[in-house]
Amino acid sequence: MSITIKDVEHVANLARLELSEVEKEQFAGQLNAILKYAEKLNQLDTDGITPTSHVLPLANVMREDIVKPSWPIEKVLLNAPEEEDGQFKVPAVLE
Amino acid sequence: MSVFDLKLAEIHNRLQNKQLSVSELVEHSIQRISDTDDKIGAFLTLNEAEARKEAQALDAQLAAGGEQGLLFGIPAGIKDNIVTEGLRTTCGSKFLDNHDPIYDAAVVTKLRAAQSITIGKLNMDEFAMGGSNENSAYHPVRNPWDLERVPGGSSGGSAAAVAAGQVYFTLGSDTGGSIRQPAAYCGVVGLKPTYGLVSRFGLVAFASSLDQIGPITKNVEDSAYVLQAIAGHDERDTTSANVEIPDYLSALTGDVKGLRIGVPKEYLGQGIDPQVKERVLEALKVLESMGAVWEEVSLPHTEYAIATYYLLASSEASSNLARFDGVRYGVRAEDPSNLMDLYRRSRSEGFGAEVKRRIMLGTYALSSGYYDAYYKKAQQVRTLIKQDFDQVFEKFDLIIGPTAPTTAFKLGEQVGDPLTMYLNDICTIPVSLAGVPAISVPCGLADGMPVGLQIIGKPFDERTVLRAAHAFESQTGFHNLRPALS
Amino acid sequence: MSKYETVVGLEVHVELHTKSKIFCGCSTSFGAPPNTHTCPVCLGHPGVLPVLNRQAVEYAMKAAMAINCEIAEWCKFDRKNYFYPDSPKAYQISQFDQPIGENGWIDIEVNGKTKRIGITRLHLEEDAGKLTHIDGGFGSLVDLNRVGTPLVEIVSEPDISSPEEAKAYLEKLRAIMQYCDVSDVKMEEGSLRCDANISIRPFGQEKLGTRAELKNMNSFRGVQRGLEYEELRQADVLDGGGTVVQETRRWDENQGKTISMRSKEEAHDYRYFPDPDLVRLHIDAEWKSRVKASIPELPDARQARYIQQFGLSSYDAGVLTASMKLSDFFEESLKHTSDAKASANWIMGELLGYLNANNLELEEVKITGQGLGEMIQLIEKGTISSKIAKTVFKGLVETGKSPQQIVEEQGLVQISDEGAILSIVDAIIAANPQSVEDFRNGKEKAIGFLVGQIMKETKGKANPGMVNKMLIERLNA
Repeated sequence: MSITIKDVEHVANLARLELSEVEKEQFAGQLNAILKYAEKLNQLDTDGITPTSHVLPLANVMREDIVKPSWPIEKVLLNAPEEEDGQFKVPAVLE
Repeated sequence: MSVFDLKLAEIHNRLQNKQLSVSELVEHSIQRISDTDDKIGAFLTLNEAEARKEAQALDAQLAAGGEQGLLFGIPAGIKDNIVTEGLRTTCGSKFLDNHDPIYDAAVVTKLRAAQSITIGKLNMDEFAMGGSNENSAYHPVRNPWDLERVPGGSSGGSAAAVAAGQVYFTLGSDTGGSIRQPAAYCGVVGLKPTYGLVSRFGLVAFASSLDQIGPITKNVEDSAYVLQAIAGHDERDTTSANVEIPDYLSALTGDVKGLRIGVPKEYLGQGIDPQVKERVLEALKVLESMGAVWEEVSLPHTEYAIATYYLLASSEASSNLARFDGVRYGVRAEDPSNLMDLYRRSRSEGFGAEVKRRIMLGTYALSSGYYDAYYKKAQQVRTLIKQDFDQVFEKFDLIIGPTAPTTAFKLGEQVGDPLTMYLNDICTIPVSLAGVPAISVPCGLADGMPVGLQIIGKPFDERTVLRAAHAFESQTGFHNLRPALS
Repeated sequence: MSKYETVVGLEVHVELHTKSKIFCGCSTSFGAPPNTHTCPVCLGHPGVLPVLNRQAVEYAMKAAMAINCEIAEWCKFDRKNYFYPDSPKAYQISQFDQPIGENGWIDIEVNGKTKRIGITRLHLEEDAGKLTHIDGGFGSLVDLNRVGTPLVEIVSEPDISSPEEAKAYLEKLRAIMQYCDVSDVKMEEGSLRCDANISIRPFGQEKLGTRAELKNMNSFRGVQRGLEYEELRQADVLDGGGTVVQETRRWDENQGKTISMRSKEEAHDYRYFPDPDLVRLHIDAEWKSRVKASIPELPDARQARYIQQFGLSSYDAGVLTASMKLSDFFEESLKHTSDAKASANWIMGELLGYLNANNLELEEVKITGQGLGEMIQLIEKGTISSKIAKTVFKGLVETGKSPQQIVEEQGLVQISDEGAILSIVDAIIAANPQSVEDFRNGKEKAIGFLVGQIMKETKGKANPGMVNKMLIERLNA
């Protein structure tokens, strides 16, 4: 299996990255090398092995349904690149 | 002897005895940074004015008398992926060039409570992705032992700042070796606690199932003090363990008699620098002479660890870094023509090559049709790697080996070859995947560059890790070696 | 539609009415100024972590059990990755392959027939924020107050065969959620939302037709109308020799039609994976039974009880139990009268009539179950007539005063005094000789006129039974 420029473009689109032609070439090469290296995992038979999502055997960690104060609006908007009427502004979202 | 050669406990005594003031400590630190940081590049943001103000307040508190905590008035540096309210936090990325956090990380709150003083924020590989600090979007960090060499990464600034005597301790973060490897390269002590011991709340996530915050210090005793201050359950971090925090200081007995040590043959095999191997074997002889016993063991799945790690960490990162979209914070691209353009250009302009590469890898590994082959497979292999450790720990108290297969390499030497760069982490990554604690302590020099000894313990057994590390450094004094930085 | 069979599956989102959000302590209350119910966690700031709200999990368990789902012993949360300004983390925390509930069902009744609709799954997830479009469509504003409101998504099997069934399913689901007290289930406020998958196929064909996904149906009526439009549209396409395209279509309430959303080329690839920030849920038998015990009598059980206990018709019992508030109102009335049928009749006739005519909800009018029950008691005791009761009822609805008070204030007490009635009867007989003549000549109808005159004279307060009896006695005398 080999990653083509088209694959790179598809993945870049999913990740919302804009890549130059040079970057596409570069990433295609590097990702191929890394994934080729990762193929060594296929040497291992992992049938029936439980995947590890967490190293700690934790379950049911929850909080009670208690309302806490929200942040002041000045803080909420402190880092906003663009704001209007107490809201974050973005270019039109096309439906 | 400079004030930077003092242990935290000694500084504490001098403060209590009024032989030293907090303001003096802070000024020493600021002066040292100003003298050396144009060469080292450890800091991204300084907090001078605020630090001086706090120092004055703390001196007034000292004058009023009373016993203060051990970190009281101690200037520290914080890795720039740990958020500090009101103090710029960039993660070493242009995307967050202007980011002014609106809350404090849990560890920062703890350090504030301990009345330590934040001198500034430390340089790092962008979003903690890298092992050389060359991936900082601002400037590289240079190794105080040799300015032509890298300090390691991703907590390169945190390690270099301690090695250069700029601050008394720092906090770093470790995902696949990012505390231990730079500590080894810079000849300082770096501890990665058990996953879940220290709250991740406020640590900007790279790979959530692996990230841990830990201290970088000049010696093991200081490490124990800082760990004591930052460890503990946090209800804001669901993955933080609800365990009793023991007293770490009392573990430092100097006694390693009867400790059983396993030495994985895989960590001393192919690819290891002969001198590094030599230093590690010498270190084992030292421990043996002190009454510990060691024998060779095997962690058979070690060779699969790097592939496993890069798949898991990149996948998690691709999702963790999706929030950097230019809507609520961060640097937005100029005049986006539409929403898609805003996303794509903000992220492409804001992220560096390594970050993009890992986002691409992770996105690919999670994308439809590949999840089982990559992500799930890697999670299963992670189980096998963890079982390797479980099995060795049935018979042994500790696992010891090198922290990194070589000493610090030269800047630019491995740029453009991500896979080789990734292989530097062969000894630290399996430990991260297993989630167990490990410390890197100096164990001598190879061609004038520091070598790190990695001491790995059972989950939540930081006490034994610290005990062995402390006994070793007390016996050898390697931690007292200082770079000849003018 | 005779040639084709319609196949519908519904995806329903129900907002759970916890006090705080699913992963942080911000309030979930509706209508606050934009972004004032936010914090670093729900804003998706760098470094934050989610902490699961126990109440949200229990509401989801309760909802799942109420629709007869099997509850997972172990489940987990996954990240659904997609970029959109209403999703601050650019992923939604949801459940992918281990939902809280699976394999459930509910029964619906359409045209007097009961039909069981399968439920594939119920899972717990977080809601997104709100976008407002401004600048004539050149910009959008993002309000993140709603982000993190807990939601359950309930996915039905494609067992629904008509728009009418879809509406009945939705109404039943709403009633169940209301009875369980896990949600406000208001479509207007968005606490109940519905998307539909609809396809048609010629009768007898095994293979399902190509489906369209329908969005933006913001009312029960909208769901029905949207589906009605869509089944006709698809039939037209097939009849014209065309093929139905798999796509997402938006129901436009004003235009009364569905419009293709022509989503971009990009197929959805949500890259689900287990959220490493959250640990697994283990739902043991003890927890399950504790939540199960909190589920009240559900609409089907109540309906059956009304039929059995009160002798109501299945239809009446169904109407009364379709809304928990109405059903509770009915039961409240029965604490003050034993005549369940009378209460049911008043509710189904006068009360629902009034609400429909004025487009009001039950909670918007002042009448209580107690008021209705007491009024029925006044009728039973003969204090007021059924006719006068209509006046009293109007007073109950509009003023909320007790029926006694209304009767007293407006002087509506029935005249049952024999002497008083007799003198009015005599007066009316005297004043209407023609009618009396007609009656005596066998025109039975004339008596109606005379009764009417008496009631007019007494402003309807005369006891009608006594009036009839005495009038006939006098006329035959």
